[in-house]
Amino acid sequence: MSTEQISGIEKKGASAATYVDERVHSNSWFSRNLNKVFPDHWSFMLGEIALYSFVVVLLSGVYLTLFYKPSVVEVIYDGPYIPLKGVTISEAYDSALAISFEVRGGLLMRQIHHWSALFFVVAIAVHMFRVFFTGAFRKPRELNWVVGMTLALMALAAGFTGYSLPDDLLSGTGLRIIEGIILAIPVIGTWASFLVFGGEFPGVDIISRLYGIHILLVPGIIVGLITVHLMMVWTQKHTQFPGPGRTDKNVVGYPLMPVYMAKAGGFFFLIFGLITIIAGIVQINPIWIFGPYTPDQVSAGTQPDWYIGWLDGALRLMPNIEWIIFDYTISLNVLIPTVVLPGLIVTAAIIYPWLEAWATGDKREHHVLDRPRNAPTRTALGVMAIVFYVILWVGGGNDIIAVGFDLSINFMIWFLRFALIILPALAFIITKRICLSLQRRDRDKLLHGRETGRILRLPTGEFIEVHAPVNEEERAVLESKPDDKPLPEPPESDSAGVRNPKYKSGRRAAGLSRFLYRDTIEKPTEAEIHHGDEAIEAEDDFEAPLLEREESMHVAHDGSVLAKPAVDAPETTSDNGDGGSEQS
Amino acid sequence: MKSLAKHRRHPAAVLVVIMLGLLLTGGLYAAANTATEARSVEADALLIEEGKRLFLEGCSSCHGLAGQGSDNGPSLIGVGAAAVDFQVGTGRMPLANFGAQAPSKAVEYTDEQIRAIAAFVASLAPGPSIPSAEDLDFTGVDVARGGELFRANCSQCHQAAGRGGALSNGQYAPNLMKTTPEHIWEAMLTGPQQMPVFADTTLPPQDKKEIISYIESIRASDDPGGWALGRFGPVTEGLFVWIGGMLLAVILAVWIGAKVR
Amino acid sequence: MSDEITGTEPGQEVAPSDGDTKALRPGEWPPADVEHHLRRTDTDPKAQARAVRQVATMFMLSAVMVVLFIVAFIAIPRDAVVSIPFIGPISALNSAMGLTFGLAIFLIGAGAVHWAKKLMSNVEVVQERHPMKSTEDETELAADIYEVGKEQSTWAKFPIIRRTMLAAMALVPIPFIVSLRDLWIQPADVGTPSAELRRTIWEPGMRLVTDITYQPIKADEIPTGGLVNAVPENLREVEEDDHNLNARAKAAVIVVRMLPEEIQSQQSPEGTDWGYEGILCFSKICTHVGCPISLYQQRTHLLLCPCHQSTFDLSDSAEVVFGPAYRRMPQLPIEVDDEGYLVAVSDFPEPVGPSFWEISRP
Repeated sequence: MSTEQISGIEKKGASAATYVDERVHSNSWFSRNLNKVFPDHWSFMLGEIALYSFVVVLLSGVYLTLFYKPSVVEVIYDGPYIPLKGVTISEAYDSALAISFEVRGGLLMRQIHHWSALFFVVAIAVHMFRVFFTGAFRKPRELNWVVGMTLALMALAAGFTGYSLPDDLLSGTGLRIIEGIILAIPVIGTWASFLVFGGEFPGVDIISRLYGIHILLVPGIIVGLITVHLMMVWTQKHTQFPGPGRTDKNVVGYPLMPVYMAKAGGFFFLIFGLITIIAGIVQINPIWIFGPYTPDQVSAGTQPDWYIGWLDGALRLMPNIEWIIFDYTISLNVLIPTVVLPGLIVTAAIIYPWLEAWATGDKREHHVLDRPRNAPTRTALGVMAIVFYVILWVGGGNDIIAVGFDLSINFMIWFLRFALIILPALAFIITKRICLSLQRRDRDKLLHGRETGRILRLPTGEFIEVHAPVNEEERAVLESKPDDKPLPEPPESDSAGVRNPKYKSGRRAAGLSRFLYRDTIEKPTEAEIHHGDEAIEAEDDFEAPLLEREESMHVAHDGSVLAKPAVDAPETTSDNGDGGSEQS
Repeated sequence: MKSLAKHRRHPAAVLVVIMLGLLLTGGLYAAANTATEARSVEADALLIEEGKRLFLEGCSSCHGLAGQGSDNGPSLIGVGAAAVDFQVGTGRMPLANFGAQAPSKAVEYTDEQIRAIAAFVASLAPGPSIPSAEDLDFTGVDVARGGELFRANCSQCHQAAGRGGALSNGQYAPNLMKTTPEHIWEAMLTGPQQMPVFADTTLPPQDKKEIISYIESIRASDDPGGWALGRFGPVTEGLFVWIGGMLLAVILAVWIGAKVR
Repeated sequence: MSDEITGTEPGQEVAPSDGDTKALRPGEWPPADVEHHLRRTDTDPKAQARAVRQVATMFMLSAVMVVLFIVAFIAIPRDAVVSIPFIGPISALNSAMGLTFGLAIFLIGAGAVHWAKKLMSNVEVVQERHPMKSTEDETELAADIYEVGKEQSTWAKFPIIRRTMLAAMALVPIPFIVSLRDLWIQPADVGTPSAELRRTIWEPGMRLVTDITYQPIKADEIPTGGLVNAVPENLREVEEDDHNLNARAKAAVIVVRMLPEEIQSQQSPEGTDWGYEGILCFSKICTHVGCPISLYQQRTHLLLCPCHQSTFDLSDSAEVVFGPAYRRMPQLPIEVDDEGYLVAVSDFPEPVGPSFWEISRP
């Protein structure tokens, strides 16, 4: 019965496919893509979390537009929330309150929207960490790295414009700070601010302008960029971690149809469900408590959402420097933390793939990922950036932390100012050391095998730990270490004495290259590994007779006859592993 | 007797009786009243005496024998009973140790004793008094206007949800969620520590009532959306989405990627 | 990419790692050279049946959740409250809808993933990659097409067309950009933005009134250590006329009173008093990026901004003592009128609010 029904559906499906194919040539595309192979690793799903939370943001956002009114026309609140009854508020705030208290499911949707927006940015950040630390941005994926960075910036823009829409005290204060930042822009600051706000702050235009940007422009750009991002992933196929049989020329994993349709498709539902459950039981942005926006009111602990928090922290940590040059004011106390600093960081992040390629002189395609330890300087740079970011974030919440832990904000600001310089440097050094010692351990493993934890006493009285050869899978991973060496210094002139035109840039590349690869632990050569394997086998040779003897002693015990253990070990007495290799 | 009896039906008789009755009760009332007054003055004196004893024992080492203040503590002349009731009644005084700010802690005196010390300090010079029951009667008060006043005058330090906030040099505006209406009233009136004074002249009693009833309303209010994360706003929300949300999402991803036996 | 499938030739003989030789079906990739682990569900029919049951149960429960969601939507009143351990009283409607809807979605995902993990093939397969670089032939063909097109277009032949077109293309976005000028419609009586930013609605003789309640403030009613959040007396009328909060965003002030001997300096010229018997009035708008500040600490006379923690000493001309703000908080000169109420002597002598490019121009 059931099979017949399914085949009935299938028949309909097939005819529909034919109908479409005859018009758009779709079956050809399916034939090439339906069974596309994707590698399996949990960290490859971090980007999916970002994608899926964005879909959730879109769905819940569309719902909210049905009820939200982007207008600052004054109304008297007359809803069910008593502590605001009779207060003059804007229509935007009024509609946000109605969504929260009157529309059934409105609060849930608002909270889904806000939580998924936070999820979106967190997932982008974590996905970016994965891509950076594994070197997935290398050729051929540099362009997609840039698309991803742009997406991250757009996510921030979406978040900030949305934060301002409910027109509560927090969002208005956030806008006021933005006004202050725009005013600080040299030369055009005041005009730019008046154009953005339609005159003086706060004006009556900003909410409706941000609304258009928030629901049309920014999401439009995000959708477009996500399409490009995914098309590139599709074309280039996914990167994979090193492992047996995995090379830069293949991709090992499961086909899209059926495994990834279920896994990735299912993951969308898991993320959507998770966000919805959180939105059902964890409150976010209780706008009714903050009250309506008025430019002369503020709440202690006024903070932006987490992803803007680091800029707020930077604003707090910045010393108060303002230049007045020929009667013109340059507010470095505002410009450096909010314009220069993020500008530098974003630029550095965007050009990093090319910097690294330049320093390696590497033009190959990379599809097998680096293990973070095998690129110690890159990993250290990444950790350094994270530490830097976290310190700024802590600065953005230092008042909450000060109250919670009984600290002084003045002390915290000074501490964080120094920490911002010292801790990232420290993090760089420590991370690099850790990576290098992990490399050393990997080298030892490759050469001498895995430590089994079994200690043997040699007949000479020497103790050795028995090493076992690493298994196939681990060996493939260990051997994946790239053989990175710093670029050589370019010659200043060729043999004929003609000056090398690329000398300067070559020297710089070599310098950067030294910075990246100078300390890397040399990968053992094939011969060394082979040699090491033989040594491990030799160890086994020790072990076998020793075990035999142990057994024989047991027998002796049972038989209450004390056998005198033979002191002589077979042949390889004086030498350890190395000597033993000769005989095998 | 006979003549009196004869006149008892006289129309004036009623009047006389009423007059007599009024006189009698009035006199009695007056007599009783003087008696209570005398007793209350006596009781006040006793209370002040008791307060003085407690003050000399527990407070004078910092605030001086006559409350005139010293290097270790401010003068208490003119701070009124309200200041004492707030400082001692919230456990801020007596001070445990000198820090950036006196924290509220377990109260060391009984209500009776606090009233006594308050009476003594109030006797030094006139000052703000402890709010009356009428002051603390919040029936029919406009909570929403209290909210506006709260956001204009209080939320900048005490945070929009009254959860408190940081001030400079390790000082802070305390969390209001456990402060009684009486103590909030007294704090506004007397401006303890770094808090500015909101006297009845600039913030009338009606405004104070509205503010306190607003604080009471947000204290009692549910968090319809769920766990409020302390109502601290975006900082705790950001922490939650990293630690709670993202962790769960990553666990799900690990589950999807894990090999099955 | 049309040749991607070539890794699999229909009927191609391959030898998987377990040694069994089997023919690959079209559309099937060759297994990877890794050990293939058999799952319980592959070997034990009971385990397989259990997994099937589990998946189906999850999908079914999801449907049940949808029903429960509809029940919650209809049956639970908006203001009903439910108490959840560790969380406290929360909206019954919101949490019930969140949990039922969330679980309905979540269970679909859980079912699908469980299905994939337990029942779908778990043989890792290999697909070949092809370099991103196009073949020489393709590149050459593309170059040829370009050359042909270029020649046919006369692009190279008539440079005048090329240049004028490029110039036109470069200029054509300008109307759009110019049209943005009226994002701010400049009223006839309004000067440049910087001139607007410099003035507020304070005027000589204008009374200070309390915020929210709009009561005039008698000087002798402000206690020492007191703080009053104040606005100009005509603010309400201005706001009713303008229908915006612009005037408030610049004119809001705080009035504080300290003992006259505690005042170390004022922003007034040497020897003059912009206050009244220890009463001083300052702008409420931070000179850093414009947050309203009234975190006045009456004993230390410090004013702290909650946004970025700039700290000003009000007893010393409101100079910056800590934090990122550079300029002091502007002082509003005040005096007392005939009836004893506080009034402004003039508008702020210094611009209020955040710094801007032209702010220090005379």
